[in-house]
Amino acid sequence: MGCKLSFDYATALGSANFNNPIFTASGCAGSGKELSQFFDLRELGALVTKSIMVKPRSGRPTPRMAETPSGMLNSIGLQGPGIDTFLENDIPWLREQGVAIVVSIAGESVEDYAVLARKMRAVPGISALEVNISCPNVENRGQVFACNPETARAAIEAVRRNIGGELPIIAKLTPDVTNIADIAEEVVAAGADALALINTVLAMVIDTNTMRPKLAGFTGGLSGPAIRPIAVRAIYQVHARLPHVKILGMGGVASGRDALELILAGASATSIGTATFGDPTACIRIKEELEALLVERGFNSLKEAVGYAHREATQ
Amino acid sequence: MNKFAEQITSEIISNKKVGAYHHMVFSVGDIAKHAKPGNFVAISIGGATSSMVLRRAFAIYRASDRGLSGGFVELVIAPHGPGSIWLTSLAPGATINLVGPLGTAFGIPTEPVKALLVGGGYGSAPLFGLSEILKSRGCRVDMVLGASSAMKIYAPLEGKRSVSSLTITTDDGSVGTPGKVSDVIPNLIANNGIEIIYSCGPMGMLEAITKIAEEFGVMHQCAIEESMACGIGVCMTCVLPIKGEDGVIRMLRSCIDGPVVDGSSVIWNSKRKIPEGTWGAN
Repeated sequence: MGCKLSFDYATALGSANFNNPIFTASGCAGSGKELSQFFDLRELGALVTKSIMVKPRSGRPTPRMAETPSGMLNSIGLQGPGIDTFLENDIPWLREQGVAIVVSIAGESVEDYAVLARKMRAVPGISALEVNISCPNVENRGQVFACNPETARAAIEAVRRNIGGELPIIAKLTPDVTNIADIAEEVVAAGADALALINTVLAMVIDTNTMRPKLAGFTGGLSGPAIRPIAVRAIYQVHARLPHVKILGMGGVASGRDALELILAGASATSIGTATFGDPTACIRIKEELEALLVERGFNSLKEAVGYAHREATQ
Repeated sequence: MNKFAEQITSEIISNKKVGAYHHMVFSVGDIAKHAKPGNFVAISIGGATSSMVLRRAFAIYRASDRGLSGGFVELVIAPHGPGSIWLTSLAPGATINLVGPLGTAFGIPTEPVKALLVGGGYGSAPLFGLSEILKSRGCRVDMVLGASSAMKIYAPLEGKRSVSSLTITTDDGSVGTPGKVSDVIPNLIANNGIEIIYSCGPMGMLEAITKIAEEFGVMHQCAIEESMACGIGVCMTCVLPIKGEDGVIRMLRSCIDGPVVDGSSVIWNSKRKIPEGTWGAN
């Protein structure tokens, strides 16, 4: 198609610009090395790292996984080496690859978020910071900052105060709330430049042979195509309330068609998570499929399609 | 780290029912050339509109890069869930999406040694290719295969010929010695001067063999099994507590840090708990 050459696939989240809107999802790209065996990481709009915490963390015991219809539960519990080892080992390698990097951080307390933001402040070569305030796999659900407007605000404020400079903050929210647009307003007021929607949905599987919860942690986060309509709804609601706040959309995107759905709802970029587990090159396939679909529908740029489902009925 | 792994469309060359299992052959091109005993492949299940979003992992039974249409791998598949039932229902000529070769392989000794290969159920699959390699290096190879019943013993004729002795055990005594593989291993070690054990099968069996190996002071490499989502090292679901050479226990991925590990490094029986002292335990 002749017009494809001039198609503008670039996108932005806050002040950060990206070549294309296809990102990995936090916790779904390993260290980057594992996926680099299957494709050139520079093909990605950005690589979003696993959420990193202040200290090393073993994560939860096994079983950590249960496949469900069109989805899966995970109960990893933020296993990771801690911020210092991560900055020493993972970040230099990723920087060498020339891929745009979004670092995801997660804390157990407001102070943790402040510490992580201070650690990140002086790190060069990072495009944005994803602040995960919505991981469902923690011992105490009270730790899910994004379930409550006050704690969500406090965590984001702590990052804003300590990050300094221009590094955009993307607040990652959970759909497990009564009104996600209210939480979105809070974190934007607290200093978030963009939003990541949605984290996994709290869920459970019971093994009917053992007649106990299948996962060692009992509950897990549901991901995959099963949650895509929830993601579309959440993105649509938040974009309607805050049309000027950029959204990194995610939740069950497995094809270019799915990515387009999130873009039309209001996402400026989409993260690919569970689809990568089933298809190591999913990001590249989805990137190509989405571009073809946008061109086919007559868009000249990705940006024109963002939130297009919100247009007046007469348009 | 999965240096030779590729994602390919693979054609099914043959599919034969053998006892409780299916022996299936897949055309895989160069993957065969790089596949080593212990490696596995991960196959997409259910076709393009499948509601099963995760791949299924299968240990490679044998691989050859000299097929009529290039390289092929052979798998032994137990149709016990919706995914494996779908896969084993496919006819030759059908195509599937396959990623491989993945994971670590059994270490091959540089000197000829006396090796005991122990397989449980379809876990015996990777041991036949391993046996051929060990024999070609001048090793003596004895084999023990165990299962719940005769139907679940996977012991093809050519496999039997490639070992010095084959002992079979079944829980119900329907073939071979009644009991578990662990009942017959001590005598085999003592009588045949075994220096290394290679094993593959259920975790309980691997744990029992680890204990015996430690008692007799022989090395033990085992292929572990934990439910996986991705098979390529990115999802962190298939972890297992493993003690490193530095003495530190870490939650390692059985797909990429395994499946073949040193049995003595595994903290066994750790389902549903993180062993005390594990790095980052909280």
